[in-house]
Amino acid sequence: MASAPHVVIIGGGSTGAGIARDLSMRGLDVTLLEQGNLTHGTTGRMHGLLHSGGRYAVSDQKSAAECIEENRVLRRIASHCVEMTGGLFVKRPEDSEEYFEEKLRGCEACGIPAEVVSGSEARAMEPHLAEDIDKAISVPDGAVDPFRLVVANAASASEHGARIETHSTVTDLLVDGDEVVGVEVDHASGAGRHVHGVEGGTEEIRADYVVNATGAWAGRIGEMAGVDVEVRPSKGVMTIMNTRQVDTVINRCRPKGDADIVVPHETTAILGTTDEEVEDPEDYPEEEWEVDLVIDTLSELVPMLADARTIRSFWGVRPLYEPPDVGSTDPTDITRDYFLLDHEERDDLRGMTSIVGGKFTTYRMMGEEISDHVCDQFGVDADCRTAEVPLPGSEDFSVLRDYMDEFGLRSPVGRRSVERLGSRADEVLKTTDPNPVVCTCEGVTRAEVQDAIEGSGSNLNAVRIRTRASMGNCQGGFCCHRLASELHGEYDEATTRAAWNELLEERWKGQRHALWGEQLSQAMLNYALHATTQNRDHDPAERDGPPVDFGAFDDGATPTDDPPTRDAVADGGRDGD
Amino acid sequence: MAIESEVLVVGGGLAGLTATLAAARAGADARLLSYKQSTLRNASGLVDILGYTPEGDGPLVDPYDAIADLPDEHPYRTVGVPTVREAMALFDDAVPWYRGGHTDRNALLPTHGGSVKPTARYPEGASAGLASDDRDVLLVGFESLVDFDAPQAAAHLRAAGVPFDARGVTIRFPGDLRADATVTRYAKLLDTDGEVTVRGQARPVRDALAERVNTQLHGEERVGFPAVLGDDDAPGIRAALGDRLGAEVFEVPMGPPSLPGLRLEDRLFAALDAAGASIETGNPVVDYDGDGRVERVYVERNGARIPNAADQYVLATGGLVGKGVESDREGVSEPVFGCHVPHPDDRYDWFETDAFGDHPFARFGVSTDDDLRPTRADGGTEFDNLRAAGSVLGGYDFAAEKSGSGVSIATGYAAGRAAAEEVR
Ligand SMILES: Cc1cc2nc3c(=O)[nH]c(=O)nc-3n(C[C@H](O)[C@H](O)[C@H](O)COP(=O)(O)OP(=O)(O)OC[C@H]3O[C@@H](n4cnc5c(N)ncnc54)[C@H](O)[C@@H]3O)c2cc1C
Ligand SMILES: Cc1cc2nc3c(=O)[nH]c(=O)nc-3n(C[C@H](O)[C@H](O)[C@H](O)COP(=O)(O)OP(=O)(O)OC[C@H]3O[C@@H](n4cnc5c(N)ncnc54)[C@H](O)[C@@H]3O)c2cc1C
Repeated sequence: MASAPHVVIIGGGSTGAGIARDLSMRGLDVTLLEQGNLTHGTTGRMHGLLHSGGRYAVSDQKSAAECIEENRVLRRIASHCVEMTGGLFVKRPEDSEEYFEEKLRGCEACGIPAEVVSGSEARAMEPHLAEDIDKAISVPDGAVDPFRLVVANAASASEHGARIETHSTVTDLLVDGDEVVGVEVDHASGAGRHVHGVEGGTEEIRADYVVNATGAWAGRIGEMAGVDVEVRPSKGVMTIMNTRQVDTVINRCRPKGDADIVVPHETTAILGTTDEEVEDPEDYPEEEWEVDLVIDTLSELVPMLADARTIRSFWGVRPLYEPPDVGSTDPTDITRDYFLLDHEERDDLRGMTSIVGGKFTTYRMMGEEISDHVCDQFGVDADCRTAEVPLPGSEDFSVLRDYMDEFGLRSPVGRRSVERLGSRADEVLKTTDPNPVVCTCEGVTRAEVQDAIEGSGSNLNAVRIRTRASMGNCQGGFCCHRLASELHGEYDEATTRAAWNELLEERWKGQRHALWGEQLSQAMLNYALHATTQNRDHDPAERDGPPVDFGAFDDGATPTDDPPTRDAVADGGRDGD
Repeated sequence: MAIESEVLVVGGGLAGLTATLAAARAGADARLLSYKQSTLRNASGLVDILGYTPEGDGPLVDPYDAIADLPDEHPYRTVGVPTVREAMALFDDAVPWYRGGHTDRNALLPTHGGSVKPTARYPEGASAGLASDDRDVLLVGFESLVDFDAPQAAAHLRAAGVPFDARGVTIRFPGDLRADATVTRYAKLLDTDGEVTVRGQARPVRDALAERVNTQLHGEERVGFPAVLGDDDAPGIRAALGDRLGAEVFEVPMGPPSLPGLRLEDRLFAALDAAGASIETGNPVVDYDGDGRVERVYVERNGARIPNAADQYVLATGGLVGKGVESDREGVSEPVFGCHVPHPDDRYDWFETDAFGDHPFARFGVSTDDDLRPTRADGGTEFDNLRAAGSVLGGYDFAAEKSGSGVSIATGYAAGRAAAEEVR
């Protein structure tokens, strides 16, 4: 082939990043366009469950079988993004025995390793489970870090020559007759890494093929070319606790329902969720009852959750898709499967396919299927290798623990840095400069922050999702300004300050749903640190109106006598005793 | 038998310390019960009176001028301007190494983030950093100390329009402190002028530090460091560095753990000792007896409940940060005496959507009558002999107004004095 076909992928969630990696590994010329940071959409707002498939073993066995297959693949290719916590489907006395049996048989049918454990065995594994639970089924559920996984996919795509543009919104599709031939893009800050305050611009990108991987937004991209993509966005809440009350994924063993799962994730446990159809994936109500519901219902499984401290809540929108003829009224009835919509077959519009629905856990499989489809269009014959080739950072993960001493990092800081970075730890942490901890709650060091800045520019929210800095108990109260300082030098003070403000507002946003008890006290402390100690709420550098009249304030004049400092020295104070 | 005193103060932050001191100096037999380290550990150590109006006007040049226009429920309105002045005089007398008392005008001081903030009293160690002084400044940061980035702070000060040139440099602190050394570690090393090894040679740390800064100094007359310059011998350290640099040395206040805040707390405890008050720290007050009048309170010590009785009581347990005000999903409460804390029913009405919005939670606290006695929802007083002071009071947002320490000192003084008057 003289020159490879150029494919534009719209959407930098797990689906888009997975496709970008796959196609670029097969030698195609790839451009990925994302309107925000990577994981800006649903991928950055999901529960973090690496499905074993157990949840779908009764209701949707096709999805269940896909999940267990991909669960095994991700453990292999992305070990640094996955924590194999194991999972339990817990049955309370009032839950149906019949369903419990169905779940067990379903797991068997789908090839999901499942084992029944007694109530006391389950409590031995998870001491905070309720006293009165009957029994449980143990399955290989895990926790997965979506940020790290998507960044690793994008990094791999880049290594294979892909162009990855964040903060670049597709504003229109270029259509020539009955064919999509490219996209119009609005760059927030010029091409390349995102920098605050740098003028952006628009660009027309020609493409041989366009993949619409915009999840809940897919309908909008469809509209740009006059085709219908019937995505039915459905929101769900997730409430983050300050510690891991459980170390295993805890599911309620009963048919679909709200508030039935707790996922341990890094230093936290995340409760979820709800399922409510919404009109607009970007603008929907985030409601108090949802937070109360997950806490109250899940306390039936883990009683201590009722009074535990939550640090924030966030919402995500499921990009559910239902073929037009089904017409479910309840969003929980809509299938979790994914669909590949070839607009040529469907709408006589050549040059574009949309991929909608699905799950994070099966992102790679979705990527493989659509990549096969794209390659077919061009008669490209190349095998998919994404299931075999480890993602950057996950090679040789087993030997990493030994590096800890070498990097001079104290456990647990060292352990956590190394786990986050995987096999990249060596490259990132080996620095001759001092490497202090910048975010104490999550144990994130300067070297990691600097590495993230190199990767994502002056956007501190992007640095945050790469490193977890500011995502712990204090929610950035102690480290937002430190992160801003890490930008300074490479970026000027005004850019740094803009990024700092953006991070402060973002951190505040999710905390609002956790404002009682300890976290309200934390919020007051944070507010005082930023407003009282630092006067960031009335920062004279950001003042509208006349400048501060410095001359009107105390300049220290009328010093009465020689300050006692000098006396102290004369007294021999230098020796300090 | 209960431990007896005339005035019993619960909570040993700035408010409780001031209340006990005021009561003791007025001749009462005063006792202080305090649980944990106070909010001063988190606070900058600057003593603000009022920097901005509740509407956000400011920085105010004269804090006293603006008090008359504060809303009725503001604690400053409850005690009145003359009492605020008397309270500040007591503070100035108890802590003579604080500056700012020579004028009614507020001072503007650089913050560790590089902004400037209005305040009324500042430790002597910060005084050479005044932003209204037009001498040029060199800010010095340490590579491993992530809380203070001197070049960024200097650039931020320039953006704030300060009337002098500010430059910042980052140096490596001499010796081999760990990358995650705490501020107290720096302070201790400087306090003792300990030896550090620089290029194979052992040197006293003050010399070695001054030498590193000297190579960076281009004629600035003032040099600012992060607030780690000693705990016991802060003046000696500043003087030693100043001599070697030929410049005045100051500290820029930082976040927790704040050495200037801790130094202030130590000094106030010492003043209390000198005034003859009895002090018990480390154990919480968990309960009380009484109806309409507090008869006694119970301190929990090693699982036992020890009664403490007095004629008059002062509640100074702090706000949301000090844990004198608590909340759960259902509501907001004052945990020791169960005093009423006004708040909206729906917890989603406790905050605003912007990080720096006009947050109702920042004003949570007990409401009082004119004599600082907490009032019930129906307006009656909770107890005849209980007064409240400091952050446990509601009706003001100290963070936005920059009024935290001033309110604690003024109301602590007023409550302590009033309690002492009752027992005479
Ligand atoms: C509450 C909740 C919990 C979940 N929990 C789990 C779980 O535990 N495990 C699991 O496996 N799955 C889970 N999922 C499902 C999973 O999160 C999603 O299926 C998956 O993340 C979808 O990824 P995506 O890439 O298709 O979509 P997205 O991540 O939404 O990506 C689409 C991207 O397109 C971008 N975009 C949109 N329009 C434009 C434009 N015009 N120009 C440029 N870019 C654009 C968006 O900014 C977005 O980043 C959960 C979902 C929800 C809602
Ligand atoms: C981050 C931060 C920065 C600040 N910066 C400034 C500043 O720059 N300038 C300024 O003027 N103000 C500042 N402030 C505000 C100022 O520090 C406070 O307003 C003031 O210290 C509050 O004093 P207090 O005595 O009311 O409460 P606290 O200092 O909170 O003291 C309450 C005390 O009561 C004790 N206690 C609580 N419950 C019990 C119990 N049951 N039994 C016994 N003891 C109990 C606590 O352990 C504590 O010691 C800042 C505050 C914060 C949080």
